[in-house]
Formats: sequence, C-alpha cells, structure tokens
Amino acid sequence: MDAAAVFERTELGRLVAILAADGYRVIGPTRRGTAIVYGDIAGDADFAIGLIDEQEGGTYRLREVDDPRVFNATAGQTSCRQYLFAPRQRLWSAERTGTGFRLAEDSAGAEPPLAFIGVRACDLAAVGVQDRVFGGHYPDPRYMMRRRRALIVAVACARAGNTCFCASMGGGPEVGPGHDLALTELVDGGRHVFVAETGSERGALLLARLDPRPATGAEIAAARAQTEAVKGRMGREMVAGGPEAIRANPEHPRWHEVAGRCLTCTNCTLVCPTCFCSTAEDVADLGNARTERWQRWDSCFTLDFSYIHGGSVRKTAASRYRQWITHKLSTWWDQFGMSGCVGCGRCIAWCPVGIDITEEARAIRDSQ
Amino acid sequence: MTAAMRDPMLPRPFRIEKVRRELSDTFTMELVPAEGGGFAFAAGQFNMLYVFGIGEVPISISGDPGDGGKLIHTTRAVGAVTRAMDSMRAGDVVGVRGPFGTPWPVEEAFGHDLVFVAGGVGLAPLRPAIYQAMANRQRFGKVVVLYGARTPDDILFRRELERWRGRFDMEVHVTVDRGNPKWSGNVGVVPNLIAHAGFDPLSTTAFVCGPEVMMRYTALALEKNGVGREGIFLSMERNMKCGCGLCGHCQWGPHFVCKDGPVYRYDRIADLLAIREL
Repeated sequence: MDAAAVFERTELGRLVAILAADGYRVIGPTRRGTAIVYGDIAGDADFAIGLIDEQEGGTYRLREVDDPRVFNATAGQTSCRQYLFAPRQRLWSAERTGTGFRLAEDSAGAEPPLAFIGVRACDLAAVGVQDRVFGGHYPDPRYMMRRRRALIVAVACARAGNTCFCASMGGGPEVGPGHDLALTELVDGGRHVFVAETGSERGALLLARLDPRPATGAEIAAARAQTEAVKGRMGREMVAGGPEAIRANPEHPRWHEVAGRCLTCTNCTLVCPTCFCSTAEDVADLGNARTERWQRWDSCFTLDFSYIHGGSVRKTAASRYRQWITHKLSTWWDQFGMSGCVGCGRCIAWCPVGIDITEEARAIRDSQ
Repeated sequence: MTAAMRDPMLPRPFRIEKVRRELSDTFTMELVPAEGGGFAFAAGQFNMLYVFGIGEVPISISGDPGDGGKLIHTTRAVGAVTRAMDSMRAGDVVGVRGPFGTPWPVEEAFGHDLVFVAGGVGLAPLRPAIYQAMANRQRFGKVVVLYGARTPDDILFRRELERWRGRFDMEVHVTVDRGNPKWSGNVGVVPNLIAHAGFDPLSTTAFVCGPEVMMRYTALALEKNGVGREGIFLSMERNMKCGCGLCGHCQWGPHFVCKDGPVYRYDRIADLLAIREL
C-alpha cells in the first residue's frame, strides 16, 4: 500500500458517471427485493447504502442501519459470475439450406464492457478461479471477451458475516490480484474517504480522474487495521485437513447423513461464484428451418447431469453432494491448481436447509 | 488469448456420403467435410456430432486413422439425437466438433502382443486401433481380438470379424451372453475368453472398451492372467456437452473424461473404478 491515494466519498458518484461516460455498463451491490445483488448502478443512489446483511445457515436478512458506509454488506446473493459467465447465452444460430445448414456465430463483443464496483475479495478471487477454468486449453471465447474488457473496482470488507470464511480459504479479506482499483472505505467521525490502490494501468488512469491526494501514513495504517480486524470476525472456518479427509473418504456414512437433509435443489451451485458447469440445448422454430443453440448454467445436483444411456451415473443424493463438495475443495486442485471454494459462504446462507460446507468438511475430518 | 480465437462450440458441417445398417439399432455413417479439406484424428478419439435442431452427442470415431479423407462413425440409436441421426440419409449434413480426447497408445505397444477386448458397440471405438495395428502388423507379436455381444444378432462388424478370423496373423474369439439355436460358438461373458487366448502376459498391451462393468471385470481377468496394470487401457464413457473440458458434465473424480480420457491407463484409474456413483 506504498503508493496509495485517497479520494472523498463524494467522488464515488463521479466514478460511476465517468465509467458510464466511457461506455461501461456499471455493476455494483444494489438492493433487489429482500437481498443485495450485483445490479446496474446508474448513480450513487443505486448502491445499497444503510443496509447490512445478517446471514446464517439457510438465512439471509437485510437490516437497515444508521451507517453512512456504501459497502457495508458482505457477499450478496449473486456474484460477478452472473455477468462474465452468463446464466443463459446463445452460442450460435443456424438456418437450414437444402440438406445442410448455415451457421451464424454469436460473440460477446457487441455487449458494452462491464465495470464492477464493490467487488469483495472473495468475489475477486472467484473471478481469478473462473479465469483459470475458462482460459485453459480450449478458451471460452465469450467469457474471455467479457473478462478482457471488464474493469474491476474491488472493495476490502469492513465487516464479516456469520457465513464468511474467506480467511481460511486464502480468498480474503485482503483484496488479491486481478483488480484495476482496490478500495478500502474509511469512516471516522466526520470523515468518509476511500483509500485506493491501483492494480493496473487502466486503474491508475481512472484514479487520476477522481481528484485523489496521496494517502497519509495514518490512513494507510487505518485501512490495514480495518481489514485485519475483519479476519477475526468470520463466523465460519474451513478446518485444516478437511479437503483431504473428504477426498480420502468417498464411502463415508456422512454422505448418506447429509443426503437425508440435502434437497438436491441446486441452490448452492447457482449462488456459488466459481461453479462453471453448463449444458447446451437447441431451440428450433416449429418448421425446424431455423435453430439456435443456447448454453445455460447446469448443476451437478440434477439427475440429468450425469445421464448416459441406461441411466444416471450419480443416482443418489449422497453421490451428488459428495461430487459437489469433493470437486470444490479437492479435485479442483488437480484440475486447476487451486481451490474451487473461496469462502464466500453463499452456499451456506442460500441452502434452504442450511447445509454448511465447513461443517460437513469438519464432520468428516473429525470422524477419522 | 489470441484475438481470432476459434470458438470450440462451433460445429463444422459434414455431408453424409454413405449410411450402412450394422444391426437393428446400430448404423455407420461415412462423412466428408462439406467445405472440403480432410479430417485427421488418432484412434480412440471422439467427435461431438450435431443434428440440426435436435442436439449434439459424443460419438467415437470407428474408421481408419490412416484414411484421412473420410470420417466414420458407428452409432447405436438410444436417445433423441442418435435416433434422429438414424433416420438421416446420404446427402444430409451433420455438424462435427473435434476430434477430442486421448488416443489408444498403439505405437507405445510396438514390440508387444496386442489384445483388444470389446463388449457390444464398444468394438466401434477399438476398430481404428485394430486398423492401425494391422497396418503395422510386423511391429507386434500376437494380435488378439476378444469380442462379446448380447446375442448372435448383436455381433457388430460381423463380416469384418470373420475376415480377421480368417487371417493367419490374427486371433479372434467371439462370445455371446445368450445363444440361439443357430449359434454353436462360445456362450458367456467376454472376460471368460481371456484365459483361452494365446498371448504372453508379460509382454502384452490390452485395449478394452465396453460397458463399465464389463471393463472392470475384464481388467481384473487380465490382471489375474498376469498382465500388468500399466499394460491395460480402458475407454471411459460419461455425459458430455462440450467435449473440451468446459461444461463439467464428464467429471470423474479429478478427471474430465473428455480431455483427460476417454482412454486411460488402468493403473491410474483403478481406485476410481472401485468407487460407486463417482
């Protein structure tokens, strides 16, 4: 944080305006119904100001607070995944031509570039995970196009939620690499400022347009202390040895115990910021003269997911829960050299029966 | 990342040159690229085949890798896409993405006896390796094909099997699960053939393809007859939507079967094969 700068809270609205004027679609934490989601931000008023979230297993509640902070809530219902890896997108379309067909390719290039403001450390880490997943031997051109053009303004958390455990996954609370600008929001008496560090050339140019001044030593120390304090306030922790224990126990009775609670509803895979599974389906007109091929998010919790002729490979809920948690915590390392879990805690809060990934890992480890 | 990245999800149109009925529910298509050009692949690889407006399925290549002009697929009609494919005729166009996946390591088996063990339509993904082996016949010791079908009417590539059996440099044994009055050949499961085949287990490479349970028992029988685990190769099957490691469907433990497989060396997957519903 040596070259940190500071800009006033009042500049935030200008940041949104600058990005919009530059042609970006600005996305940030905003209230939708009873939850905070990533949504379109047209101006300062769209941010979820004066709201904090209370999360527990199977519980997500918003509460109004008398606090001027803009970025006071922790991980909301959705993540950047919603935008960089669209839940449903057309891959291509085709028209019949005699006995053959002619293809028309779809590209993400026509969409406005995305600018995310208020991306938490866990969500930024998740973007890094998906960068690895979609940037492999066969890069996904749609993801790569959106990602390359996207600008990310990350914000270090000032609070931790009861379902948070990024500190034990190495996903936060310090903002890691991959951002263009990383902010720490400081509210102290009458002062309300953002301490900013740049992560890219693009971020530095953006910062320069916000009337910044160099950060003082006291401001830098305050920002560090605020993030450090968050570490100790996380309600959950991934136990050491948990992922290894899961991998080593594919036939553990706990899988059947958790299957007795799991509804295989797929919620955890839909709110997870790193899940990348998809399926493809054809949408043809009634005359079958024109067809479109669409990709949409899929989930390893469905029976269809593992279907081959003769039946599904993973018939029981036990095998499907085992697949999900083993992939997140263990086999992801074999595939991508990193964890598939960043510790955002969404799967705990949005599970209708409150199944807790940290608790399941602990139970299997402790039974050894 | 390159600017002109080719979208791996975009199929190439191929024209059906010929369709051949193999069995009541199984057919072979010969395909040529509609836009010209050839199609290079290695034995054991597969393609994603697309039927206009219906969908896409992974199908292994069953033709000769030495013949780069034609692409041959043998398919059993079991789902919406393969049934639609079954009704297609010469002149129709299908989409092709691929080739994907790991090949049968035919050249690594040079100097060994080569044993092919196939069950049902599993003979189709093995046929390219058999062609490749016979094109390099002098490089191998014995070449043995062991094949099991459900009934005599389900024997795939029957005339070809009979032709191979007529050669002096190839050993072919066929068995069926259930015989019929006209069948006087072997009855029983394909692993039973292993003990009767004449190969040197200490210098044998075995390629196995069929239903998972058949491959599991075949691998055990090969091991029991003295073939080392590192000399046994299996071709796995899982649900696939992309073929290139992006859609997640084909995961099997740490593997993406579409790109880390489908062909695996047995010693590297034996522990996974033992886990139910993985």
